[in-house]
Amino acid sequence: MPDTAADIPSVPSVVECTRPIAAGAPVVAVHMLGNEAVFVLGEEALLIAGKAEPRRVAVHGGGILCAASDGRRVVTGGDDGKVVAATATGETAVIAADAKRRWIDHVAVSGDGAVAWSAGRQAFVKPAKGEERTQEFPSSVGGLAFAPKGFRLAVAHYNGVSLWFANAAAKPEVLEWKGSHLAVTFSPDGRFIVTAMQEPTLHGWRLADGRNMRMSGYNAKVRSLSWSAGGKWLATSGSTQLILWPFQGKDGPMGKQPELLAPRDKRVVAVACHPAQDVVAVGYEDGLILLVRIGDGAEILARKPDGDAVAAIAWSASGALLAFGTEGGEAGILDLA
Amino acid sequence: MPETTSDKVPVTVLTGYLGAGKTTLLNRILSEPHGKKYAVIVNEFGEIGIDNDLVVGADEEVFEMNNGCVCCTVRGDLIRIIDGLMRRKGRFDAIIVETTGLADPAPVAQTFFVDDAVGQKAKLDAVVTVADAKWLSDRLKDAPEAKNQIAFADVILLNKTDLVSDDELREVEARIRAINPYAKLHRTQRSNVPLDAVLGRNAFDLDRILDIEPEFLETGDGHDHEHHDHGHGHDHDHDHHHGGLKHYHDEDMQSLSLRTDKPLSPDKFFPWMQKLVAEDGPRILRCKGILSFKDDPDRFVLQGVHMILDGDHQRPWKPGEARESRLVFIGRELPEEKIRQGFESCVA
Repeated sequence: MPDTAADIPSVPSVVECTRPIAAGAPVVAVHMLGNEAVFVLGEEALLIAGKAEPRRVAVHGGGILCAASDGRRVVTGGDDGKVVAATATGETAVIAADAKRRWIDHVAVSGDGAVAWSAGRQAFVKPAKGEERTQEFPSSVGGLAFAPKGFRLAVAHYNGVSLWFANAAAKPEVLEWKGSHLAVTFSPDGRFIVTAMQEPTLHGWRLADGRNMRMSGYNAKVRSLSWSAGGKWLATSGSTQLILWPFQGKDGPMGKQPELLAPRDKRVVAVACHPAQDVVAVGYEDGLILLVRIGDGAEILARKPDGDAVAAIAWSASGALLAFGTEGGEAGILDLA
Repeated sequence: MPETTSDKVPVTVLTGYLGAGKTTLLNRILSEPHGKKYAVIVNEFGEIGIDNDLVVGADEEVFEMNNGCVCCTVRGDLIRIIDGLMRRKGRFDAIIVETTGLADPAPVAQTFFVDDAVGQKAKLDAVVTVADAKWLSDRLKDAPEAKNQIAFADVILLNKTDLVSDDELREVEARIRAINPYAKLHRTQRSNVPLDAVLGRNAFDLDRILDIEPEFLETGDGHDHEHHDHGHGHDHDHDHHHGGLKHYHDEDMQSLSLRTDKPLSPDKFFPWMQKLVAEDGPRILRCKGILSFKDDPDRFVLQGVHMILDGDHQRPWKPGEARESRLVFIGRELPEEKIRQGFESCVA
């Protein structure tokens, strides 16, 4: 087994910068709103933690299935059929309630305040101002992502991704690739779309010409994707090391090998790239979190392994705070300033 | 089979042709006072008359996997729903998946072996098939789905027995046994089976296959007891040749049972088995086995659906327990000689 920070006590550690927070319930996502960490719990509530005592804010009458953030609010979808937005001060607003009380499987938020969500095969978009729109897709929606600029929504589904302009009457453009596409993300420059598939592989398209990219070699389904500062790298979970696909050139990762860093005998389950520096926070299935520098693979210990799988990690926009939550209901905020 | 402990949520798959009595059974499971709470994945909302916030509608979306295997399909909606239900883990004891009458059970079963997240958190407990005693024989002739559902079953409820004569009942049981001699069969009316015969069966009832010689099968559990209790001193319809059980050979569906008391070589067995399912997987609907490997203190349990195999060390062999390997197949046009010879060549 390769040496890593977990095994070498002399590796630099920032564990002592952690402010532990007892979430009291499994954490399924975390987002930073300014200096406040919003921990999304598996059921019913958010836990908002900043300098003051953590506060529980009720958002759903059941399980929370998905969450997204634009840095100003956290939007969640629940098995109660509701889409709810919450701010750092704990104010909540119901954005939508499904008429048939279907599960809200996915949500996405755009930079200009639009919110998208899906229930089964149906996707919805609600612009910041204007009417809610909906579109039916050929199979259940596997994931949603807004383009970095504009109003275009990528909708992942079986056998491809649809690009839907919700404010146009035209039928969505379809990028086809056989198989079930789940999580979907645009590169920050908007040139590429990448999906995580049901198989342990990623698929990508270059939007300019629709060229396909296959990114394989994983040993588990990829559940966590994060773009590094400036979109140079796409960091992913799904292997026993951090996988970084190069997106610097005009061809993206086509014909290139990924960088493999921080190898262990445990699987990476959550990744979050620092907003400014080439550093990735990497969470493993045994609870270890490492900060890994992309250039030379240098590692810093951020959380010791305790057998409790990391569920989510997020950086503040300033890059000074790092929040994490675990499947077992532990959480924490590291102040690295 | 309490030897295996697992914190995985057990999942019971409820199949059966249209009108056989699935919904009746489901309503019984949800309404009887058994102290357990079930999350239920149904194909049609509204048929269940029970107020339960853990009832979820499914879309029965069957997805092909990109792994070069045409028969490897999963239920995409099931993966999504089970993932979502796990957010509420602790609020329910088990999951029940109801399928439509026309559903093929293979993608449902394969979902639990193929998707790592689902497989980590949930395990297939049993496939329970509800069959209509009056109409099953006809459906087996004209509906391939009905035959698949019988072939896949670990437990079969032969329902509505009050609507048929004893002769008709024996006839339909023989038709079932020709396809699947290994399933536990219960004769029922209005799906009135003790719920512990349906739920909590644990890992496909694997142990049961060791106990059964299909050739000597009686007509079903309760009836075995009745037979013994009454002794030999009276004459009713259960006569001496196999309790009056008729023998049929289904034209396209067969089962095959292999057994040896010689330890197997894992280095021979796994390559053989993998090659077999790679070549003949489309014809193999299900296989199950309990295996004894040379120099291995543990029982190895194996199960498969088409080309997908799933196996694990189950528990140590007990002192005095016969270290026997047993492997059964149910499928279409099974290459019986090829399988038999291959199995024999795996002896260490």
